[in-house]
Amino acid sequence: MTQPVANCPNCGAKIVFRWSSCVQTVCQYCKSILVRTDLDLTKVGQVADLPPDSSPIQLNTEGIYRNKAFVVAGRILYEYDQGGWNEWHIVMNDGASAWLSDAQNEYAISFAAPAQNLPAASQIQVGQQYTWSNQRYTLSVITPAHYRGVEGELPFQYWDKIVVTFADFRTESRKFATLDYSDEQPALYLGEFVEFEDLKLKNLRQFEGWS
Amino acid sequence: MSAGTPPLPGPPKPQAKALNCPNCGAAITLRSFQQAVTVVCDSCHSILDAKDPNLQILQKFEVAVGESRPFIPLGTRGKMRGVDYEVIGYQRRSITVEEVRYSWQEYTLFNPFKGFRYLTEYQGHWNDVVVCKQLPVVNPNLTSSTPATAVYLGENYRHFQTAEAYTKFVLGEFPWQVRVGEHATATDYVCPPRVLSSEKAGNEVSWSLGEYMYGVDVWKAFNLPGSPPEAIGVYENQPSPVSANVKAVWAAFGTFVALLVALMVFFDVTARKELVFHSTYEVISGESKAEASFVTDIFELKGRTSNVEVTTSANVRNNWIYLNYALINQDTGQAWDFGREVSFYSGYDSDGSWSEGSDHDSVVVPSVPPGHYYLRIEPETAPVHPPIYYTVDVKRDVPVSMFFLLAFLALLVPAVLISFRALAFERSRWSESDHPPIKLSQTEDDN
Repeated sequence: MTQPVANCPNCGAKIVFRWSSCVQTVCQYCKSILVRTDLDLTKVGQVADLPPDSSPIQLNTEGIYRNKAFVVAGRILYEYDQGGWNEWHIVMNDGASAWLSDAQNEYAISFAAPAQNLPAASQIQVGQQYTWSNQRYTLSVITPAHYRGVEGELPFQYWDKIVVTFADFRTESRKFATLDYSDEQPALYLGEFVEFEDLKLKNLRQFEGWS
Repeated sequence: MSAGTPPLPGPPKPQAKALNCPNCGAAITLRSFQQAVTVVCDSCHSILDAKDPNLQILQKFEVAVGESRPFIPLGTRGKMRGVDYEVIGYQRRSITVEEVRYSWQEYTLFNPFKGFRYLTEYQGHWNDVVVCKQLPVVNPNLTSSTPATAVYLGENYRHFQTAEAYTKFVLGEFPWQVRVGEHATATDYVCPPRVLSSEKAGNEVSWSLGEYMYGVDVWKAFNLPGSPPEAIGVYENQPSPVSANVKAVWAAFGTFVALLVALMVFFDVTARKELVFHSTYEVISGESKAEASFVTDIFELKGRTSNVEVTTSANVRNNWIYLNYALINQDTGQAWDFGREVSFYSGYDSDGSWSEGSDHDSVVVPSVPPGHYYLRIEPETAPVHPPIYYTVDVKRDVPVSMFFLLAFLALLVPAVLISFRALAFERSRWSESDHPPIKLSQTEDDN
């Protein structure tokens, strides 16, 4: 597979894309946030040092979900008053883009779901129920989170955030939903909780004293 | 990676962090690689912000006199369900029911890949607890007679208790904002050996699922010295040691009884019930004993080895006759000796008429091989009596119902005993709940 290659407009380092539909990436040398416009890369910002985190997942971690291999291409790191979590951007082997979230080692995979008439941030309350794709979801928690940084390749531009509100919905099955109020238009993600071992992850981080 | 770009070193391998308490300077180890939110200093009992590089002090608490230490020291590693976990946090919480305080221990366990897990201990009863990823369905039952239920992963849980749980003591790391004195409404639903718990603080509800663990298994999992504290009483989700399932015992009982009945019918249908000998004799008063002994004609017992029923009928009225029998095989000389009495008395007294005994008697001689047999009969009577006529019938291969009755009882007794013991266990379980069983007697109430 030939991967598109470009150079960092800031430091000139080679930028190799894992995913052809990538919109934004971060130069791993100078940490410039680069946005793809046609075939050019434009620097839009700079990532401050990411806070230390201990997700066992990292860029290039590979796994399997529903019989499809995926690779971790990027991530968004958030923090809230009960800790931090990572939304790892994963690219499935059929080119689809999805998210593997790791919140204190609770893992979930979700996909962006096109939906109309999503509730505004001012309308939502814990306990409300919504139905998407014939599944009823119950709003269990509303989290005001702090955007803490990005790494790698993302399917959209995402860099100038401060506080972002998330609404998490649970169901009586493993399915869950998240409403992301990062932008003016809320974005809906539908997915399910997954077991760490079921993902058959490879190329994980190592922890001192643990094997 | 394409050529020309030197590989970058990845982020450093996370290590357990050694820091110092900003309040007292004591050493603090962060074992969860920044996954925890708070950490507690063991020497000055300051609750610190584990996310803050300077470990900002969030709360300081006083330790009550006589505060117990954790059974499992922080930093101990063990294997739970095949996965290594390290004990990184400990808290003691308590509830107060009818002015009695009950307190329990909660251990935070951590694995850098699998995350958090909890162990709870109350009076020697342990639970292996994980956070629920699915929402249980609660059916609140507003009629007070039946407790509410909850369904989780297809299993039915019964409401056990709702109480306000207070945090009394904390140590080590927690993946949430822990504070001493904070409280949450804790509700337990049980389906032994599992317990489904909800904790409501503010308008946020979190659910967890616990599975009962025996102290010895915890000691084994964490390779702890000595022996675990003895379990006191029956815990809410302790599996009944009597029988996993009383229903199964009765189902087995029903199956065996059906089998017994089938066997009984089979033996009754297939039994030969063949009358092989029938004769009537007379005993006259005053005959000497020696003269009375005689042998019968020879009769043939056919078929396989099976039983022989000897029936004696006599015209005894306020009288008795005793017969010494010997069933003798003419071919082998093998003999079966047995004595039978036929007696019948009746009369009339102040309570009315009465009677005792019967004018006939039957006995079954088991396992008699086929062959030619005769009976030696030696009757005994009272010295003076009216003439007694007695008839001897010999039947080959009769169905025996006594065996089936005994078998039935042998099956029934353990089933009843198990049911009673299971019932007693469930009564002691539920007596600690919000739905105690109705007390058996009033005196128990007074105590």
